[in-house]
Order: sequence, then structure tokens, then C-alpha cells
Amino acid sequence: MAEIIQEEKAGGKKKAKKHAPHIDMTPMVDLMCLLITFFMLTTAFSKPKIMEINLPEKIKDPTKQEAPRISASRTLNIILGPDNLIYWYPGAVKPEDYTNLPPVSQVDFSPTGIREMLLERNRSLAKKIADYNEQVLTGKLVISQDSLLSGIRKLKTDDDTGPIVLIKAYKKANYGNFVDILDEMNICGIARYTFVDIAWFEEKMVEAAAGIPSAPATAQK
Amino acid sequence: MPKIKLPTKSPHIDMTPMVDLFSVVLTFLMLTATMRQQEPAPVDTPYSISEKPTPDFNTLTLILSNDDRVFLNFDNGPDTAFKFRPKILAEMGKRYNIEFTETELRGFEKYPASMGVPILKMKEFLAAKDAKEMSSFQTGIPVDSTDNQLALWILFARQVNPNIQACIKGDTKTGFPIVKKVLDIMADKNVYKFNLITNLEAAKINLAEIQK
Repeated sequence: MAEIIQEEKAGGKKKAKKHAPHIDMTPMVDLMCLLITFFMLTTAFSKPKIMEINLPEKIKDPTKQEAPRISASRTLNIILGPDNLIYWYPGAVKPEDYTNLPPVSQVDFSPTGIREMLLERNRSLAKKIADYNEQVLTGKLVISQDSLLSGIRKLKTDDDTGPIVLIKAYKKANYGNFVDILDEMNICGIARYTFVDIAWFEEKMVEAAAGIPSAPATAQK
Repeated sequence: MPKIKLPTKSPHIDMTPMVDLFSVVLTFLMLTATMRQQEPAPVDTPYSISEKPTPDFNTLTLILSNDDRVFLNFDNGPDTAFKFRPKILAEMGKRYNIEFTETELRGFEKYPASMGVPILKMKEFLAAKDAKEMSSFQTGIPVDSTDNQLALWILFARQVNPNIQACIKGDTKTGFPIVKKVLDIMADKNVYKFNLITNLEAAKINLAEIQK
């Protein structure tokens, strides 16, 4: 800037140059502004989180290994349907019911929908977990985060009244639904849940409930 | 009326405090910066209550975009001493009878983001000059049963690095058939444990509701 270019007298004695008491910092500030903007835009502040999921092992040789048996009375089938809706029915469908399929109920992903339905069925376990958390939060029980988690895990393993949830997905569901339902399982503290393939009759049940014209009844899988 | 005389001020503002502050902010940002990776496809991850952070290394990330393309990324975090990216590519090349040169392998190692390139196009992809040309090759990794390159990538990744963890990063709107196909391929390769990458959201359950 102007004041830096000071007229120097040619010739004469070399005097100690007198500097202005302040340096012009404008270019430096300009540069810093640019750098800050750059870093702010390229920094990923919140690291994404992960949700762990274990799928059931695939039975590759059905002669050697039999599918695990679970009691039908505790089973809850949840089918992710089209348009962000969930269809569910309790128990299992027996082969003799194939001509007369049981109706499915429809809920959505709101807290009053699926969450209420799951909490209703998982009340005793959810209450235990909530009490346990409450004790830790209020300071009645002083334990570390790790033992809190393993305590909750133990409560879940010991539980024998809550539902066994089988999650299935109709082909028109999306990935967001899948994550949401697994998330609901964690929120509601469901001890036993897994993701399985949808059966052909379940596709039909969803189609009937959602009013989708059903594909011709060939041997679909 | 007498004029009010304003004291003559120098036109300079003292910028020192501002510069001080800027330096602090800049230093902070530079030290905490983890560069956001440029993804070949925009992915809008779903929300969950999970609070576990994403692992920093030994990850195999599958990205499912909402136009049904599948991308892969092998990440070893900041420590790249154990260079497994070029090893995996070399294995892939062996399978498809493609000889990758040293420069190509290094290019693949350096390529920072996820890739969704069919192996037959890999040479052209690595030779591409700019990002625009590169992205034209990102058609997604073939997952059909006739040409299941994703399965091979997973197989070799696990051979080269047995500790690799599978992460799935999907767009909320990704249709389920492609998700299912990918999960099936993983299950075929005996991968049953997944990390689904999500964003954090708070969820409240009404305690009174449970206590009823």
C-alpha cells in the first residue's frame, strides 16, 4: 500500500530505515479468510455412525443343517411394504392356510405406529431396560458404560417373553425402511430379531393389503 | 453554531485481534480436518440412534446409490503402510487376465474415493486424466449372477486382509432388490456381520408409556 513506498533519497548517507509502526496485514487476512473458508467447507465435522447387524447364517446345504425352529406364539412377522408402510402379522402361516391367507395389519414408521406396537409386545423387557437405565442415570447404580451395555445385553438374553421379530422386505421397500426398522428394534429393546427372506405367500398378503395387482400366481420365490 | 469537531482518526483499523482469532480458528480447522471424500454418487444416509463411530481402518465400504449402482471402497485409514488396495487390484487382474502396470496399481492406491468401475474398464479409468472423465466410467460394479465382480472383489479383499470389516452405506431411497442382492452376495462369501452407516438422530420413548 501507499505508505510502504516511501520516497528514498538517492545517494546520501544510509540511515536506519524508519518503519511505520504497523505492518499492513490485509493480504495476510485475505489469505487466512480463504483458507478458513476452504477448511470449513471440506471438513467433515460429524463422523457418520454405524449400526451393527448380524444376519442369520445362510443354510447352504439343507440336508446337513436344519433351519432353527422358533415358537409360533412369540413370532411377529414384520414386512416392509411399499410407500414407507409396514405390514405385520403374528404367528406363522401354515401350508393349509395358503388358499385363505390371514389378514395383515398396517402401521407406519411414526412413534405412534410401529414403536407403540412393538413396545406393547415387548413391555416387560423394555421396562426392565428402562429401569436399569434410570438407575444408572439417577446415580443409584454406579457402573461403567461397558458394564451398562453388557447388563442390557444380559437382560435381553434372559428375556423369554418378548417377541421374536422376523423382518422381511417386499420388493418395493427401500433401504431407508430397512435401517429404520432395525433402528426401531434397538429403540424398543427387542431382544431377538432377524432379517429373513420374504415368502411368496407374504408377498401376496402385502399385495392384497396394499391393493397392488398381484403378479400371476406362478411358483415365485 | 459551532461545528462539532470529530477527532481525526487514522484510516487504519487495528486488525491484530482479528488476525489472532483467525489464526486460532485456522489452526483448529487444520488440525481437526479429516477431508471429506468426494463420492462418485451422492448418498443420503438414513438416520438411526446408534452412537458408534465408523471404524477408521480395515473397512470395506459398499455404497449403494439410489440409481442402483454399487460402489466399493477399501480404506486403511491414515496408515497406508499395509498397502492392500493395489494387492486387491492385482488379484482381480489375475482373475480377469489383465496385467496392471506398476503405475496403474499406484494410481489405484492413490485414488481417494470409492469406485464403481467394471474391471474391464479399469485400465481406461486409471488412465483417465480428470475427474470428469473418471466419473464417466463409474457405472457401478456388476453384480449380476453372470458377471459377479462384486463377489470377487469381496473375496480378494478378504483374502488380502482377513480383518476387513464390511460397511454398507446406502441411500435412503435405494430400492430394496439391489440391497438384497448385495446382502446375498455377502452371505455367499460368509460375511454376516455388517456395519450400516447412518447419521445420528435422537429418539425418545415415553417411559410412562412403558410403565402402563
